[in-house]
Amino acid sequence: MSIEVRHLSHIYGEGSAIRTVALDDISFTVEQGEFVGIVGHTGSGKSTLVQHLNGLLKPSSGQVLIDGEDLNGEKVNRRALRQRIGLVFQYPEYQLFEETVAKDIAFGPKNQKLGAQEIDRRVRKAMESVHLDYDTYAEKSPFELSGGQMRRAAIAGVLAMEPEVLILDEPTAGLDPRGRDRILSMLEDLREKEKKTILMVSHSMEDMARLADRLLVIAGGKLAADGTPREIFSDPERMAGLGLDVPEAAKLCAALRAAGYDLPRDLYRGEELREHILRIWREQRAEERAADGREARRTDAPASRTEVRKADEREAREAEGRAEPDSRADARKGAKPC
Amino acid sequence: MDDRQIRISAEDVSYTYDGADSPALTRVRAEIREGEFVAVLGHNGSGKSTLAKLMNALYLPTEGRMLVCSFDTAEEASVWEVRRRAGMIFQNPDNQIVATVVKEDVAFGLENLGVPTDEMIPRVESALAAVRMSAYADAAPHMLSGGQKQRVGVAGILAMEPAILIADEATAMLDPSGRKEVLETVKNLNRHKGITVVWITHFMEEAAQADRIIVISDGRAAMEGTPREVFPQIEKMREMHLDVPRMTGLAAELREAGMPVDQSVLTVEEMVEEVKRLCPLKSGT
Repeated sequence: MSIEVRHLSHIYGEGSAIRTVALDDISFTVEQGEFVGIVGHTGSGKSTLVQHLNGLLKPSSGQVLIDGEDLNGEKVNRRALRQRIGLVFQYPEYQLFEETVAKDIAFGPKNQKLGAQEIDRRVRKAMESVHLDYDTYAEKSPFELSGGQMRRAAIAGVLAMEPEVLILDEPTAGLDPRGRDRILSMLEDLREKEKKTILMVSHSMEDMARLADRLLVIAGGKLAADGTPREIFSDPERMAGLGLDVPEAAKLCAALRAAGYDLPRDLYRGEELREHILRIWREQRAEERAADGREARRTDAPASRTEVRKADEREAREAEGRAEPDSRADARKGAKPC
Repeated sequence: MDDRQIRISAEDVSYTYDGADSPALTRVRAEIREGEFVAVLGHNGSGKSTLAKLMNALYLPTEGRMLVCSFDTAEEASVWEVRRRAGMIFQNPDNQIVATVVKEDVAFGLENLGVPTDEMIPRVESALAAVRMSAYADAAPHMLSGGQKQRVGVAGILAMEPAILIADEATAMLDPSGRKEVLETVKNLNRHKGITVVWITHFMEEAAQADRIIVISDGRAAMEGTPREVFPQIEKMREMHLDVPRMTGLAAELREAGMPVDQSVLTVEEMVEEVKRLCPLKSGT
């Protein structure tokens, strides 16, 4: 299924003193099976945008078309269209309420008046999709789960409605590294194995680099850029101008190019940088070997700067220990007494 | 010898929650000295938040002793002495704002301490100035961004003039710019006001900026050292379900492929220096 957004604008408080243009003439199309990342500074309008995609908000002007049908059209079965688009809010685990994980996930299908067998099938399937073992967790209270597991249980509740499109607002916010990684690999599986169309709002450019086929950059309510991560991340300065970061690897690429190294400008994945750095290093070594016919230079490399820095840090710590009048010790004179 | 005063001393602290089968913390031994910025890492459920709450006398050790500015948290008379000296800031900015005007929120703790009004006003003003929120003194907290709210939270603690600031994932719910602004604020307080900081976080890039890292795993103090000592131990960190900064990970991969990159690289700038050192560009190319 495709989602087409046409000249979408949204104005809060029209006709009042607090009139704010939250979205300003946004157009894009998401095709079946795409993984689209939506990025933007806080307050840029991304959450307002996703709330239009399943009809929670109505456009002030413009249209949202689902497979060509206007989501807000007069004769449209909005309820049916909405069920095809699952929206996972920020911190969805706050909305868990049932006694058991299985009951919580079954809540939506039950409301759809599905039969007991079908509900059970969907609960099992949804739990599998979010990598929660049915036998272990189905009968547990959601509140016995870890934060990351609770979030996955909440996402299972949305998946149990079997939407064709899944929209997630900041699905990894507030989780620890393991919880984050579990959510990301779950999303990878949803894309690869279940071919779901996925839209994800996230502040984490590292997550976007790992998952997104395409990025929509929202700034000041406008669609500031629409392209592949490779295109978007190749311009760290422009992103910085929009108050946005790029992945560390893209920063390294830009910094190495600025230092004069011959690299493509659009690298943004750690493994790409690794291969290029190794290439540069190997080429230089080969040249050196060719130049003087022996294994050279490698041992002549100057002491690593971080080694030097480590020594400096050690010295600074020792100096502090001796309470010498260096800057740190000065600062400590003002240290808060107990 | 380190002659800086010990601010927090965990002496074989164990803690078991009511009704729990196993302890959340087991014989944790740690010392934090004046002026230090110490990051505490550990996956969810590792016990790191429990440790923070023990440092603030919100919990009392089941075994062992927790000393904060030499006060034993287990002694009833010292609870308020401890809380006045060790201020704590939590994850959710909305849960810790109590007033409808920023400056009143900052004054809340002082009112509880019974500080007279004429003393309160300058303390609130200077606390707001320290977190660069003076312009919002009369604003309504709900109009602020998450990062601004957390800075107001920090100001509320600062007004009490604590020796120690304990932040329990204070940046977890913020966007990248909010995260940066809160961490910078607290680093400044550490550097210029000498406040000792205990910074609990899931963000390895934040921990990389600390003087020292303590890693908690399964309720035990599992690792301890400077970021340059801790992060290169990638395998050990992964076993404890923790990440390392991206550049430290890349350095390890490059080393594995035979390129002798320093393993304690933490940042993009340091990685660039390493590439320059090992692959010097010839002039004129």
